[in-house]
Amino acid sequence: MLTEKEIKHIVDIVLSHSTADQTEVLLYAADSALTRFANSYIHQNVAESDAGLSVRVVLGKKIGVASTNSLAEESVLGVVDQGLTLARLQVDNPDFVSLPGPLPIEKASCFVERTASYSPEQRAADVGIICRKARERGLVASGAFSIAVSQIAIANSLGVFASHMETLAGLETVIMSDGGSGYADCFALDAAEVNPEAIGDEAIDKAVRSQNPIALEPGEYEVVLEEYAVSDILDFLAYLGFGAQAVQEGRSFMCGRFGEKVVAENITIWDDGLAGDTIPMPFDFEGVAKQRVDFIVNGVANAVCYDSYTAAKEGKASTGHALPAGGTFGPIPMNMFLKPGMATKEEMLKSTRRGIWVTRFHYTRPVHPQKVILTGMTRDGTFLIENGEIASAIKNLRFTQGYLEALSKVEMLGRETKLEHSMFSYNRVPALKIGKWNFTGATEF
Amino acid sequence: MKELITRGLDTARALGATYADLRFVDRETQSVTVKNGKVEALSARESRGFGLRAIAQGAWGFASSSMFDPKEVDRVAALAVQIAKASAMTGGGKVDIGRPVVVIDRYRTPVKVDPFTVSLEKKISLLLKACEEMQAVKGIAVAQASLEIQRETKTFGSTEGSYIEQEIVETGCGIEATAVGKGEVQRRSYPNSVGRHQGTEGWEFVERQDLVGNAPRIAEEAVALLTAKQCPAGLKTVILDGSQLALQLHESCGHAIELDRVFGTEAAYAGTSFLTTDKLGSFRYGSELVNITAEATSPGGLGTFGYDDEGVPAQKIPIVRNGVFCGYLTSRETAALLGQSSNGAMRADGWNRLPLIRMTNINLEPGDWTFENLVADTDDGIYMQTNRSWSIDDKRLNFQFGTEIAWEIVSGKLGAMLKNATYTGMTPQFWAGCDAICSRDHWLIWGTPNCGKGQPTQVAHVGHGTAPARFRGVQVGVMR
Repeated sequence: MLTEKEIKHIVDIVLSHSTADQTEVLLYAADSALTRFANSYIHQNVAESDAGLSVRVVLGKKIGVASTNSLAEESVLGVVDQGLTLARLQVDNPDFVSLPGPLPIEKASCFVERTASYSPEQRAADVGIICRKARERGLVASGAFSIAVSQIAIANSLGVFASHMETLAGLETVIMSDGGSGYADCFALDAAEVNPEAIGDEAIDKAVRSQNPIALEPGEYEVVLEEYAVSDILDFLAYLGFGAQAVQEGRSFMCGRFGEKVVAENITIWDDGLAGDTIPMPFDFEGVAKQRVDFIVNGVANAVCYDSYTAAKEGKASTGHALPAGGTFGPIPMNMFLKPGMATKEEMLKSTRRGIWVTRFHYTRPVHPQKVILTGMTRDGTFLIENGEIASAIKNLRFTQGYLEALSKVEMLGRETKLEHSMFSYNRVPALKIGKWNFTGATEF
Repeated sequence: MKELITRGLDTARALGATYADLRFVDRETQSVTVKNGKVEALSARESRGFGLRAIAQGAWGFASSSMFDPKEVDRVAALAVQIAKASAMTGGGKVDIGRPVVVIDRYRTPVKVDPFTVSLEKKISLLLKACEEMQAVKGIAVAQASLEIQRETKTFGSTEGSYIEQEIVETGCGIEATAVGKGEVQRRSYPNSVGRHQGTEGWEFVERQDLVGNAPRIAEEAVALLTAKQCPAGLKTVILDGSQLALQLHESCGHAIELDRVFGTEAAYAGTSFLTTDKLGSFRYGSELVNITAEATSPGGLGTFGYDDEGVPAQKIPIVRNGVFCGYLTSRETAALLGQSSNGAMRADGWNRLPLIRMTNINLEPGDWTFENLVADTDDGIYMQTNRSWSIDDKRLNFQFGTEIAWEIVSGKLGAMLKNATYTGMTPQFWAGCDAICSRDHWLIWGTPNCGKGQPTQVAHVGHGTAPARFRGVQVGVMR
């Protein structure tokens, strides 16, 4: 990792060497490790150290971005020069206004020494607990235990300076039985909160109960979605429509619907990078402080998130959701929340006359992006519910379902929430009972 | 370079490694994206570093670093061995990578024009022109053109004595037109979706695609899709164009034949495979017309190289012969479990990832139909082109795809345009319905630069040689 002094030294080199009108520096460093297991033993076990920087230079309305993972002074100067060369060869982007200026940034305490110093032997021992539990039950364990220390610093020639360091521990497992499987995971800043006994037990329970699955005809069913599956819904709402760029391009389901009801009244979704119960990130990749953005409030489309570029097009302020310069995806939320309700999962089960209990989804993809219609499979613990009880494990089903339509039929929300890590975001979500879900196919297992 | 590599390997051996290999990789990438007449992104990236794999106490360890100096090489080698010994704590048997592989050689992608020597002005001008052509069509909300070039220089050394230097060059480009209106959003892409089509070639690859020439058609089709008929539902005869068939092949065959996946090593992420080893040599994967090969030797194929990341030479192997499943993609370790030698499919995404079994160029061998005759021979069907969505279960059986555009085929002629086309099926039943494949005149290796696998995630660049083909009895039109 870089010390504050080293960060400032590199920032000074970049900003003093650059002859651009505006210059931005993004510095990163990471030490990460991942212990992967399959067939109940560790088969891949890796560690990585990396550090680098990306420089964005602005000449009038021309922008160039260059990056390297060498922090030697020669390389740092070279990257600045390369950015300038690219910018000079550019054409004007009339929509570009300015890099952001400095604003107060709240610090977030996200570094836990216990996580940072977790050794290969400790990871192997924790994985060993799950493998042993699986073998004792005649089951097969697979999964991954990851530990990371990462650091980021952003600075620009307008006075922005922000730095942040965090640790992350994550353990996920798939346990396979004869004809069935179960899944569990946990992500936290502190490795002590990642309990391999509990994670193993949850997945093993599902794997045992999902043996001897029966085939079920596809069709429309009530569903209880565990948090693992609910997280996917938030991911795709974010990916397809919660960013300002999607709205400005006319692609988002939010277009023309601000102030209108788009889902049920019991649905409220927001992003908050400073909340204590997520993996906090106090600023975005332009060094702008994260603002809370309320996307949907009591079912009504309310707002989207911005970076400085998309904000300037509408005369607004950035909400602090920029991705690193050089990409074209636009702003995206990375710490989402779905407001919980009052129900327990047991109550959701009891309320279901004939439906399906879904642990998680697999390989979900948009079939119609603007209408947020997704297809995907169930996986790792799918059960038939009859008259309020689990009747049988079932073979996995394919769904083709509009996510907004589904969120219009939410009958119950869980009172507990779980933190999930997905495509690009940390989502804290409850389980959901949904009145109708469309299953369109089935597989053989 | 050689000194540092040797130092790393010697350090690993001294600390107890029975095998070690070290890869130094330097990857340069240049990307240009133009959207609605503005250069939205123009960037140059470089990432370099090294990774060392070691077997100690019968288990694997891997460590990597962006710094390549004697002190760091010693630290990383020691860490890799420490990690290997920690891996051994959970048991699992001793890793066997089979007979030694010793190669000393060099390989370089043959290119006509080094894409890094083409001026940025020329690249930007080309993409701006393509955008301009698309924006000239009324109804286009977003016109995007992009290209990406990459050069990866890597040096591999092993304790068995291999020393291989390679330089792989890739060039990719593509255009997208998004139309908004009538309560719909529709997009058309060329030559392929997911941003670009790509190959191991130089600038000649971009010139061959004629982005500017195809731009008006793509934009007109996007607008036409807004008011096109909805694709009907039902059991249909389907002709898939080469690019969509490439993704079908990728998902339902390419991943299913990765032998590490078959042995359960990917169970926690993307799953396993229905092509279990008892099926090798006997399982009917598809109709007798279906012949699939895996090779890393075709000039320009995105999965083409000289040696894989275990130092095994690029080669060509049959996967499905006359419809019967007969081959896997293998590594040294997985091949040894079958009593075979590796067929060279271990590839790593950069210096900081360990090699996994990845696709190379997975090809459906051409047949003998012309496209015109194939359509003329089809009484009632749907022709689908350019992938829009994809999904498959975690054993590679139940799949569902969507394409950007489709056309009715009525009495042997292409008819009305269709939107939101989707189809679904089960892999062996689908391929059993293949009754015609177009000839080599229609055959092309499509580049898929976004294949994900592994934890931590790796992205591989792979190729699929396909020509349009016809499939009978396909469930079409799965969407509410």
